[in-house]
Amino acid sequence: MSKNILVFVEQRDGVMQKVAAELIGKAVELAAVLDEKVIALVLGQNADGIAKEAIEYGADSVAVVDSPELAEYVTATYAKAAVKVIEELEPSIVLYGATSIGRDLAPRVSSMVKTGLTADCTKLEIDPESKLLLMTRPAFGGNIMATIVCAEHRPQMATVRPGVMQALRRDCTRNGEITRFDVEFTDKERRVRILEVVKGDKKEVDITEAKVLVSGGRGIGDAKKFELLQELADQFPGGEVASSRANVDAGLIGRERQVGQTGKTVRPSLYIACGISGAIQHIAGMENSDYIVAINKDSFAPVFDVADLGIVGDLNAIIPKLIEAIKKHKASAE
Amino acid sequence: MKIIVCIKQVPDTTEVKLDPVKGTLIRDGVPSIINPDDKAGLEAALRIKDQNGAHVTVVSMGPPQAEIALREALAMGADEAVLVTDRAFGGADTWATSYTIASAIRTMDYDLIIAGRQAIDGDTAQVGPQIAQHLDLPQVSYVEGIESVSDDKLVLRRQFEDRQHIVEVDLPCLITVLSELNAPRYMSVAGVFDAYREKTVKVLTFADIESVIDKSNIGLAGSPTRVKQSFTKQPKAKGEKYEVDADEAVRIIVEKLAEKHII
Amino acid sequence: MDFELSKEHQLLRELYRSFAQNEVKPHAEETDEQERFPVETVKLLGRYGFMGIPYPKEYGGAGGDTLAYVMAIEELSKVCGTTGVVVSAHTSLCCGPIYEFGTEEQKRKYLPDLLSGRHIGAFGLTEPGAGTDAAGQQTKAVLEGDHWVLNGTKIFITNAGHADIFIIFAMTDKSLGTKGISAFIVERDFEGFRVGKEEKKMGIRGSSTCELIMENCIVPKENLLGSLNKGFKIAMKTLDGGRIGIAAQALGLGEGAVDEAIKYVKERKQFGRRISQFQNTQFKLADMVTRMSAAQLLVYRAAMKKDSGEVYSKEAAMAKLFASEAASEVTRQAVQLFGGYGYTREYPVERMMRDAKITEIYEGTSEVMRMVISSAVGVN
Repeated sequence: MSKNILVFVEQRDGVMQKVAAELIGKAVELAAVLDEKVIALVLGQNADGIAKEAIEYGADSVAVVDSPELAEYVTATYAKAAVKVIEELEPSIVLYGATSIGRDLAPRVSSMVKTGLTADCTKLEIDPESKLLLMTRPAFGGNIMATIVCAEHRPQMATVRPGVMQALRRDCTRNGEITRFDVEFTDKERRVRILEVVKGDKKEVDITEAKVLVSGGRGIGDAKKFELLQELADQFPGGEVASSRANVDAGLIGRERQVGQTGKTVRPSLYIACGISGAIQHIAGMENSDYIVAINKDSFAPVFDVADLGIVGDLNAIIPKLIEAIKKHKASAE
Repeated sequence: MKIIVCIKQVPDTTEVKLDPVKGTLIRDGVPSIINPDDKAGLEAALRIKDQNGAHVTVVSMGPPQAEIALREALAMGADEAVLVTDRAFGGADTWATSYTIASAIRTMDYDLIIAGRQAIDGDTAQVGPQIAQHLDLPQVSYVEGIESVSDDKLVLRRQFEDRQHIVEVDLPCLITVLSELNAPRYMSVAGVFDAYREKTVKVLTFADIESVIDKSNIGLAGSPTRVKQSFTKQPKAKGEKYEVDADEAVRIIVEKLAEKHII
Repeated sequence: MDFELSKEHQLLRELYRSFAQNEVKPHAEETDEQERFPVETVKLLGRYGFMGIPYPKEYGGAGGDTLAYVMAIEELSKVCGTTGVVVSAHTSLCCGPIYEFGTEEQKRKYLPDLLSGRHIGAFGLTEPGAGTDAAGQQTKAVLEGDHWVLNGTKIFITNAGHADIFIIFAMTDKSLGTKGISAFIVERDFEGFRVGKEEKKMGIRGSSTCELIMENCIVPKENLLGSLNKGFKIAMKTLDGGRIGIAAQALGLGEGAVDEAIKYVKERKQFGRRISQFQNTQFKLADMVTRMSAAQLLVYRAAMKKDSGEVYSKEAAMAKLFASEAASEVTRQAVQLFGGYGYTREYPVERMMRDAKITEIYEGTSEVMRMVISSAVGVN
C-alpha cells in the first residue's frame, strides 16, 4: 500500500533550489491531511548538507542517492535513481518543481513506473472523500484551469510551478532520518555525456524574487522606455523591471524578464502594469500579486479587471511624475 | 540519416479570447497552427537534410483535420507524413498519447526523433520524454542549439534556467527543441503543390499498428490521469479605476501605496 | 459553380499571408518613404517560388495556376502595393510572353533564371507618343546580318531600374502599322541598350519606373520573340494576362485598406464611444467590404477563365476595371474614416490611396477597359 509524499529536492552545484523548499512546504500541508509523512528525495554528490536543509524546511526524512554521476543533471542517471527510490519507498505522491530539470525528469519517470503526471500545477489539494490528490493547472494558454486526478496508478505525480507554493520558515532545530540508496549506473545511462557546462557570466535576474515589479507591455513601444520603468523600479527596495511577451518577442528586453504563461509566474507585493493590455497569458503570470496597479490608455483594457488600482492615462505623462512624487514622499517620510 | 519529427496541430492560443459575459472560451475562428516548438523541430530536421542529406518524416497524432498541419510540413520540405488517428486513441492523456505515438514509431525506421519541447495548448513538455522512454532511447530536452551532426552522434546545447550543457548523445535518440532554436522557413509555393500532388499523408489507425500496441494503454481508458473538472478562472473583484489627469493620477497612486505601506 | 477554394489554394493563402505579414509589411513604409526598390524582399520571394508561380516546374516555375498567382499578388498588395506590382510586371509581362510565345531554346535560356527570381523581368511597349495608342510605335528594328539593330525610347517601364531581361516592341515594317510590330528579348547588357531616368511617382514609389534608351542596340537574331510582325498580338495577349495581375494588385490594396480601417475604428474613440459604434462607420465599412468582395469574385473568375484555356480578354478587363475603381474608392473612404490621422504618414491608408490610383491607369486605363468590354459585347 503506497504511502507518504516524496518531494524531489532539486540542487544545482550543491545548492538546494528555492522551489524545493516551496514543494516541501506544500507537501507538509498535504501530508497532514492524509496523516502521512514527507520524504525528501536528494540526488547529487556530497549531498548531506542538502538533505539536512530539506529537513529544516519541513521534510520528515530524506532519501539520498549520492554519486559523482549525479553532480550535474543528466536525465538517465537521475531517472534511474529516482525510480529506484520510488520502487523501494512506494510513495503515494511525488512532487517535482516545474523547472527545466523537473519537467525533463518527471515525464521520463512517469513512463518508467507507468503512472500519470500532471504538469505545471498551481494548486494541489486532497479530495476530502477519495483522498486523491487534486492537481489543478492552467491549460489552453492559461485560458482555462483544469483539475486532474490520477485515480488508479501510484504514485500520483505532479510538477509544480516555482513561486506558487509557500515555503515554511526554516527551522534549524529539526531532525530527521537520512537513508542512503545505492544505484549502479551502466553505459546505458551514459548515452548522453556532458562535454561542457556553461554558466551565465552574471547571475540572471530572477523576477520571481522581486518584491516590486514594474512591467512594460506593448504600449511601451521602444527599449528606451524601459529605462524609465527601471528608474521607477529603483524607487522600491527589491524593485525590478518585467515585461509582457510582446516586448520580449520584439527583442526589447530579455526573455528572463517575461511574465506570463510562457514566461514566469510572479507574486510580488506590488505589480505595476504599464501599457499592458492584459492578455490572458499575461494575467496568468501576475494575478496573484498582492497589489496590482495598471496604467493604460485604453479604458477597456482587460488588465483593469485584475488591477486593484487602475489608471486610464498616458504612461509617458504619468511615470516621470510618479517617480518624482515617490522620491518626494520618501524624503518627507525620513 | 532518417529523422522523424513529431508535430502537433494546436489552436493558436494567442488568438483565444474570453467571452466577457459568459466567461467561456471563444474558440470559433481561432486558427489552427503547427505548434511553434514543433515547427522549430521540423526546421532543425530540414536543415540537417539540407546540409547532410536526410529523409524527414513528420508524424502527428490527432483528429483527421490534423492532416492540414502535415500538409504544411510537407510543403516546407518534409518527405513523408504520417497521421496517427483513430477514435480509439481519443481522450488520451500524455502517457497514453506518448505510448500511442511511440507504438506508431516502432513501425518506422529512424536514427533521430525530434519533438518540440511543449505544445502551447497544454504546455506540459511531457510527451517527448515519455516517447523516449517508451522506445528506450536517450533523450535531450530543451535543445537550443545543434552543434554538430554525425552518423552516430549529435553534439547539442541544452538550456537550463541558469546554465547550458554541451552534451554528446549517441544515435538513435530523441531530442526536444525550443522555438528559439531557429526561425522556421516558410512553405514554398512549389512545396504546397508538391504536398498535395506528389506526396501523401499516410494514415495509421489502431488496426494498422495492432501488432505493436496494447489496447489497454490507449485512449481515455489507457490514461492514468483524468480531467476531473475544468473551469475558467474566476476574475478577481474589480478594483478602483480612475480616468483623471496625470497629476491627479500620481497623487492617487502615491496615496494608495502609502496606505498599503509599500512606500 | 464552386466558390470554395481548393485545399491547395487555401494552404497557399496561408503561406502568402504569413509571408506578407512577416517579410513584406515591416518594410512597406520604408519602401514608399525612401522610394527604394525592395531588393532583399524580391530575393526572398524568389527563394520561396513567388517569382514563377503559374509556370511549369520544368522551367523552374512553381507549377501553379493563374489563380494561385493572383492570390499571391492580392496578399502581397494588401500590405505593400510596390511589392505587388514588382511581382506582377515580372511574372505577367516578361515571363508570360517568353513562356507563351518563346521557342524552346528561348524558354530554356531565360525562364529558369527569371522564374527563380535570380533575374527580374520588364516589358517595354509604352513610348512618349504611344501610350493608350500603342500602335504609334516609333522604336525601329532593322535586321543586319545575324542581328537586329534597335533604335528608340521607351518610357514608364516598370521594374526597369532593376530588371535583367526586357521584352521590347519595335517596328519591323512601318508600312504595315500594327501588323509591322515585332517583339524582342533584350538583355540589360546588350550593346547600345541603357536604362534612363527614373520617374518620381505619386504611389507605388518603391517600384522602379524608368525610361529605356536604345541607340543602335544589338539584339541577336534568335532573340526575336514569336513570329516576325506578330508583336502587336503578343503585346495585346500579354496585357490581357497582365491586367489580371493588376486587378489582383488593386484588389489587395482595397482589402488592405479595409483591414486597416476595421482595426482602427475599433480602437478610435470620439464622443466617448468607439467610432465603430456609429452607424456611419458601420454602413461605410459594409459598402467597402462588399465592393472588395465583388472585386475578388471578378478577379478570381478572370484567373480561372485564363486557366481554362478560353478567351478571357473581357473577363480580365472587367476585373481590372472594377477592382481598380473599387480600390481607389475604398482606399479613399478608408482615409476618410481615419480622419486627420488618415492623411498623415503615420498610418498606411494614405499610402494605399496613392498606390491605388495607378491601377486605373497602367496596363490599360479604365477607358481602355471599357472599350475592350463594350466591343466584346458587340457595342462598337
